[in-house]
Amino acid sequence: MIKSKSSIVTQIILNTIIVILCCLIIYPFLLVVGASFTDEEALINIGYKIIPAKASLKAYEYVFKNPAAILNAYKVTFIFSVLRMVFSVLLQAMIAYPLTKKFLKGRTGLSFYLYFTMLFSGGMVPSYILTTQYLHLDDTIWVYIIPCLVSPWNIFMMRTFFAGIPNAIIESAYIDGANEFRIFFTMILPLSKPILAYIALTTFLGAWNDWYTSMLYINKDSLISLQYLLQRIMKNLEVLQNATAMGEDVSMLMNAAEIPGETVRMAMAVVVAGPALVVFPFFQKYFVRGITVGSVKG
Amino acid sequence: MEAIFLAKSNAVMPRKKRKISVNTIQLYALAAIPAALVFLFCYVPMFGIIISFKNYRFDTGIFNSAWVGLDNLKVFLASDDFARIAWNTIYMNLVFMVVGTICAVLLAVVLFEITSRKAVKTYQTILITPNFLSWVVVGYMGYAILSPTSGVANNIIQMFGGKPIQWYSEPKYWPWILTIATEWKGVGMSSVVYYASLMGIDASLFEAAKIDGANRIQVAWHITIPQLIPVVIVLSILSIGGIFRGDFGLFYQMSRNVPDLYETTDVMDTYIFRVMRIFGDFSLSSAAGLMQSVVGFVTVVVTNAIVKFIDPDKSLF
Repeated sequence: MIKSKSSIVTQIILNTIIVILCCLIIYPFLLVVGASFTDEEALINIGYKIIPAKASLKAYEYVFKNPAAILNAYKVTFIFSVLRMVFSVLLQAMIAYPLTKKFLKGRTGLSFYLYFTMLFSGGMVPSYILTTQYLHLDDTIWVYIIPCLVSPWNIFMMRTFFAGIPNAIIESAYIDGANEFRIFFTMILPLSKPILAYIALTTFLGAWNDWYTSMLYINKDSLISLQYLLQRIMKNLEVLQNATAMGEDVSMLMNAAEIPGETVRMAMAVVVAGPALVVFPFFQKYFVRGITVGSVKG
Repeated sequence: MEAIFLAKSNAVMPRKKRKISVNTIQLYALAAIPAALVFLFCYVPMFGIIISFKNYRFDTGIFNSAWVGLDNLKVFLASDDFARIAWNTIYMNLVFMVVGTICAVLLAVVLFEITSRKAVKTYQTILITPNFLSWVVVGYMGYAILSPTSGVANNIIQMFGGKPIQWYSEPKYWPWILTIATEWKGVGMSSVVYYASLMGIDASLFEAAKIDGANRIQVAWHITIPQLIPVVIVLSILSIGGIFRGDFGLFYQMSRNVPDLYETTDVMDTYIFRVMRIFGDFSLSSAAGLMQSVVGFVTVVVTNAIVKFIDPDKSLF
């Protein structure tokens, strides 16, 4: 098909719009990376720039001089993210599969049982009391994993996908004498890779970016998540700035040399967010595909 | 157990009735653990709502704390905070809904119009990237732009001879900042849904329009956008259900939880959190949470009923 001249012009205009948009999206990333490589004094005097006015590796030297806290947060976050991902995909699939069986008594009831939790919830306070006073999960790694394993939304996405698997395959397995466990583990799960991958990835991402659980339930420094560590570094400096503003003696509170400056904080942001940003785009097609399969009426 | 063995022994052509009963047991067994977890972490807290009607104290526990009836709810509704946070929550959600939908639909339509699929893939990769960040990291980026002394925004203002703005103590700018931050982070991902439904449009519709002599704008207006309406409706119902729920991360991390900004950045979720964690008033916090849940429940049921009345195919349940 020969393109008309006007369509080429339109294409150029449309592409330019999107390219500008992409630049706006990327800009804050570059700003933080640029700042992390800037000399602290230059940053304060000249301001945040993508290209450092005066380059310096001091911020990274500071971050890596004492990496124990960061490494530990990475370790904790990685462990609970993987565990949450594995168990939540498995458990959600285990309840989604029975929901596809028309002969199952109580199927509608079970669906409603799950659906109702999407409409109404007890709220944060009862959950908090349950977790801390009765289950005693606070200050353990399990608080990152157990309370959030099953999400009705994911279950309904899985159910929709499972229901789309041709019935003939499952019927033939019945005739061959396979039981439900066997069908579930050897047929349904392998045939549902796209949706499982999508839910696994979103769950992992959610866990990886979790700071809220730490803020609510964790007091031990050895169990805080990566994002919460980053949040705390932001907070520490704030406490100090407030103290200065009120005319208190800062040196009394903390040795000035230990204060994480602005460049150090930006370097921390790069260290915390960087690796995930390098890895996640490789899985992007699963995200996009998952949204496409998932966007079916539940 | 016996039933399972029997089913196995005559597996070749099992009698219909027995096979179903064994399968049913197995299916229930599969569903048991997840269903129990839902009960524990979703239904048990619902009973905890009684805290809202009590004066909860740690030492006496839920059951022995004194009943106070609707006092907590009354205190919450009568406080100055209520009008402010209710307004902030609903107003910001409506803005996000309208702006978010328009931006995502426009972006999807523009991407759809671009003929080079390879370019679209690259653009999408870039546009989706912010979605992978936590609000903590986005808060850092916000700080790099809004920092009063060395932030980019003030540098640009000063470059044009303006006066620097104290972003973190001026609430009036924050509805804008929060909207931009939300869109920056989410527009790429939400446009994917619309883009996917555009890809599913029957190509013959476009050919027919072309034959009828429709121009590009007409095609977009009469074919492309109408195809998106069912998706827009479903997503809108879902977000209306959450109209009394704020994205805690956005409001807490972007504003860095600065009290000076509460006038525009304090929403239900940040309030509930603050009342519980900072003030330690579990009952008041719980009453606010209960109200949030009830309003959410009512809005989603009512919206769905209205949609069902107008067009049953488009309703959610």
